[in-house]
Amino acid sequence: MTPFTYVRAGDIADALRLGAGSAAAYLGGGTNLVDLMRETVARPGTLVDVTGLSDTIEETDGGGMLIGAAVRNTSLAEHRAVRTRYPVLTRAILAGASAQIRNMATVGGNLLQRTRCSYFYDTEGSRCNKRAPGAGCDAIEGFNRNHAILGASVMCVATHPSDMCVALAALDAIVHLRGRHGARTLPFTELHRLPVDHPEIDTMLEPGELITAVELPPLPFAKTSTYRKVRDRASYAFALVSVAAAVQLDGDRIEDVRIALGGVAHKPWRALKAEAALRNGPATKEAFRAAAISELAAANPLRDNSFKIELVTRTLIAVLCDLAGAAA
Amino acid sequence: MSMNVNGATAKLPTDARVSLLDFLRDHLQLYGSKKGCDQGACGACTVLVDGERILSCLALAVQYEGRKITTVEGLADANALHPLQQAFIDHDGFQCGYCTPGQICSAIGMAAEAKRGVPSYVSGDLAADVILTREELQERMSGNLCRCGAHNGIIEAIRETMADEAAE
Repeated sequence: MTPFTYVRAGDIADALRLGAGSAAAYLGGGTNLVDLMRETVARPGTLVDVTGLSDTIEETDGGGMLIGAAVRNTSLAEHRAVRTRYPVLTRAILAGASAQIRNMATVGGNLLQRTRCSYFYDTEGSRCNKRAPGAGCDAIEGFNRNHAILGASVMCVATHPSDMCVALAALDAIVHLRGRHGARTLPFTELHRLPVDHPEIDTMLEPGELITAVELPPLPFAKTSTYRKVRDRASYAFALVSVAAAVQLDGDRIEDVRIALGGVAHKPWRALKAEAALRNGPATKEAFRAAAISELAAANPLRDNSFKIELVTRTLIAVLCDLAGAAA
Repeated sequence: MSMNVNGATAKLPTDARVSLLDFLRDHLQLYGSKKGCDQGACGACTVLVDGERILSCLALAVQYEGRKITTVEGLADANALHPLQQAFIDHDGFQCGYCTPGQICSAIGMAAEAKRGVPSYVSGDLAADVILTREELQERMSGNLCRCGAHNGIIEAIRETMADEAAE
């Protein structure tokens, strides 16, 4: 690990001042950043500990929620109102990592965790455009079973590793930011970038900008929502694919629906095409399959991961069948 | 600048790079917590911080100023093993023993989570009280790997010691 200075931020203004330099990085629970530093993938000169900032979960007017960026993953998953009003979020968090890691990891840190592509981590032996811009990508012709099938580029085929973020994408969450130029918000689905020709940049954050909170807008039918994750072992593994969904039925017709996919792209993938195909249509297995196919028409699989197309299709059908049964 | 480890005050390291695990082992000579993978994949380094289980290998010691750390060395009282330690012996919950301190600390943290109603990924009803079935225990303990394959004994030991306690 490269030597660094550790400082603790007392408040947001303090954090922004300390985090202003290009060598500074914000530190949450450390479950990803400490590992990246140990592997020398990340080499910040200053770590600004922001775990002392907002760790409250508040209910907002109109039935939404405002979640402080320093809230621990476990605290969010176990919150009573989240469990009953946004079960997709509780289930997604509980599908990720292990209990020990969820006790440490913060909400802000979960959003900003980096890909687990093994070529990104391999500083000694692999080329990676995300780690060393312009170096090349060894994953494209390499072992790419875990990599992206949607939205990738010739520069990068990495996937975003978070489960929680897939649920937040489905829920139309809003990210609250503070930077040198004041406060702003971003729709959650616009926080993360596709790789295009700059895979080294994961998000739309400005240098030194800080995530202060994540807002869940009211979405009454999210009470009928869930998250399903498919992985190589039953627990404690990253997703091959995952599905977050919420469904509102009117009789046997789908009145409204939210779908996001994990394990398929450089960002949590909001499945707008599948949603459009389903809205105002019948809640049948055939319709669910057609919706999956419409979303995946743009898929561009690599040597080892074409199985993900059928796996996403089957997982989405299973999730929607469960929710349609539960909502009926 | 200090933390409390098993009831004793410990001065924090001056080098911010020192992980909580290395601090416990190399600075305080508490060798119970084990370095398995050192990258958050095995759970052998699990300790309790203010009663919550965390991975000490991914924790920077300086982040834990003022906190109360409990390692496996802090579980037994002067006269007797912690009931879970005894149950691990009774149920053959280990062969080589390397994962054991992490398993035991993890199970104690797990029982506290279940008691306050934290659901798991396999819980059918997220709002219901937790019942620590075998399936629930397997999911909740999945962050602790045992390469000897003693998981059946581990789960039995935890079930005997913790399930009743958590269901109260």
